[in-house]
Amino acid sequence: MSKGFVTKVSYSIALLALALAPLFLSDFRLGLLSKFLALAILAIGLDLIWGYTGILSLGHGVFFGLGAYAMAMYLKMEASGGQLPDFMSWSGLEKLPWFWEPFKSPFFAIPAGILIPMLVAFILGIFTFRNRIRGVYFTILTQALVIIAVTLFIGQQQYTGGTNGITDFMTIFGLPYQAESTKIGLYFVTLIMLVLVILFSKWLINTRAGKVLRALNDAENRARFIGYDPSKYQLFIFCISAGLAGLAGMLFVLQVGIISPTMMGIVPSVEIVLWVALGGRGSIIGAAIGAVVVNAAKSGFSEAYPDGWLYFIGALFIIVVVFMPKGLVGLSQSIRAKFQGSVKDNEKESSNSVLREGHSSI
Amino acid sequence: MKKNPAILSCEKVTVAFDGFKAVNEMDFHLEHGELRFLIGPNGAGKTTMLDVICGKVKPASGSILFQGDVDVSRKKEYQIAEMGIGRKFQAPSIFHRLTVWENLELAMSQNRSVFATLRAKLTSECKARIEHQLELIGLTHRKDTRAGGLSHGEKQWLEIGMMLMQDPKVLLLDEPVAGMTDKETEKTGELLTEITKERSVVVVEHDMEFVRAFATKVTVMHEGKLLKEGTMKEVQEDAVVAEVYLGQRRDLDVVSSTA
Repeated sequence: MSKGFVTKVSYSIALLALALAPLFLSDFRLGLLSKFLALAILAIGLDLIWGYTGILSLGHGVFFGLGAYAMAMYLKMEASGGQLPDFMSWSGLEKLPWFWEPFKSPFFAIPAGILIPMLVAFILGIFTFRNRIRGVYFTILTQALVIIAVTLFIGQQQYTGGTNGITDFMTIFGLPYQAESTKIGLYFVTLIMLVLVILFSKWLINTRAGKVLRALNDAENRARFIGYDPSKYQLFIFCISAGLAGLAGMLFVLQVGIISPTMMGIVPSVEIVLWVALGGRGSIIGAAIGAVVVNAAKSGFSEAYPDGWLYFIGALFIIVVVFMPKGLVGLSQSIRAKFQGSVKDNEKESSNSVLREGHSSI
Repeated sequence: MKKNPAILSCEKVTVAFDGFKAVNEMDFHLEHGELRFLIGPNGAGKTTMLDVICGKVKPASGSILFQGDVDVSRKKEYQIAEMGIGRKFQAPSIFHRLTVWENLELAMSQNRSVFATLRAKLTSECKARIEHQLELIGLTHRKDTRAGGLSHGEKQWLEIGMMLMQDPKVLLLDEPVAGMTDKETEKTGELLTEITKERSVVVVEHDMEFVRAFATKVTVMHEGKLLKEGTMKEVQEDAVVAEVYLGQRRDLDVVSSTA
């Protein structure tokens, strides 16, 4: 059996299982699974920039949050029937702020959920990548972005709902939010989106532009001397990555029914990196698996051991970083190679360790 | 090959690092189809000279005319690369995680904007060019190997191949044979001679054995300045050159061991 065939079969089985999931899972479990699939999109977005291009962003919580808020604003407007949302009147606001107006329409809100994160990424990226701010310094700047965004969202309570965030949705595109059929519909929307995102990402990394991105990870200066402008490619992938995070945020809100500043803070931003590390950095499917496995483990542990589950999660991460530097995907590859009895030496050569920073300087 | 005016002419180029002049009013002229060796003791400013030409370092003063009319000294690195000046650094610098083929594919001269590479297809013409290049650098049998798995010599050849894919008019090489076996060195020399048929090459080199075997014209630098220019024989017989190398009049033969 060829490797390609095995991969195709396992993808088909996984897709079939996911498509049939609503038949087997309770409402609650299906909701969780939907949430995990939405987060998988977020992980893939981060993997494109970190795993493939070698730029670590700890600010993806913000892009996720911006997408989520865009969707939440639309849902809130729908719930309040176009009137002033409840939290605004509690804060003493009498008129709907101008920037809330367009979110009455889903045709504005849905594109905005992807485009606003991309725009923010573009603005941050153009100042950093052009000035060749890279590595740790870029990562610190993305953290700063998180702090700024969270502070802003908490501080502007009358516009954003403050610490509580935005919640209490009634309907989604006119459909009752609590109905089982809506939940199943949303599950399929999320699943289809995830499949599309996987196909898009696979296409992207196999284009010549994708090869340039991987090349930047290896030797940025070399790429520059060949004639590629690294900052443009970095900016491009940062925006794509942010857009995917925004999409994930929108789907997340549809599932969970709430978005608050804590969900876009520092801790969630770091967690995304850990999902990708666990699943397998530099593998699209690995990132998706990582997101689902960690989040499933998280909810599993927290149900079974309400007091100690954080320790389990911590232990899981330590095990991955120490024993599986290439994540779950890397583990399955080496097991397969063991059975076939041949580990190609050039495969070993390019160890893609979690802690490796992909910046070579000349 | 036409021997018309210099393809590259540097006039009174000066590079200063915190007041220290690494290159001091250096003149350097390179003709079409020339293989030029740039030698000199450590710290003579040879590598800095390459850095200036390829745009990695900006000169404090002086001009670098490319093809007689374009001053590249104020251009950005990637612009200079696109104009046709290719630079190879001392250590092999290739994309380890990509295959030999992919390395050449990226290096190929093409529209390098993001949206062009997103749509780029591997045409049969491109394929032929890559295959031709693989043949020239002798890596056809290694085309699907990840570049990280190549030997040192193979990596250097791959990098030279990558540079050639860009169709440069001038190729700047920094110690291409350092760390190579004798056999690899010889092959590299033949490759350089082959390359010079179509373009100009500047080689910074310490390995005198190699220089003697392949050089027609040699430029000697010392303390950032031009010391002597001429055939290998002329340079070898020059008293001043021998002096800066060893502080006394000696044959350059001895020099190769100190390199």
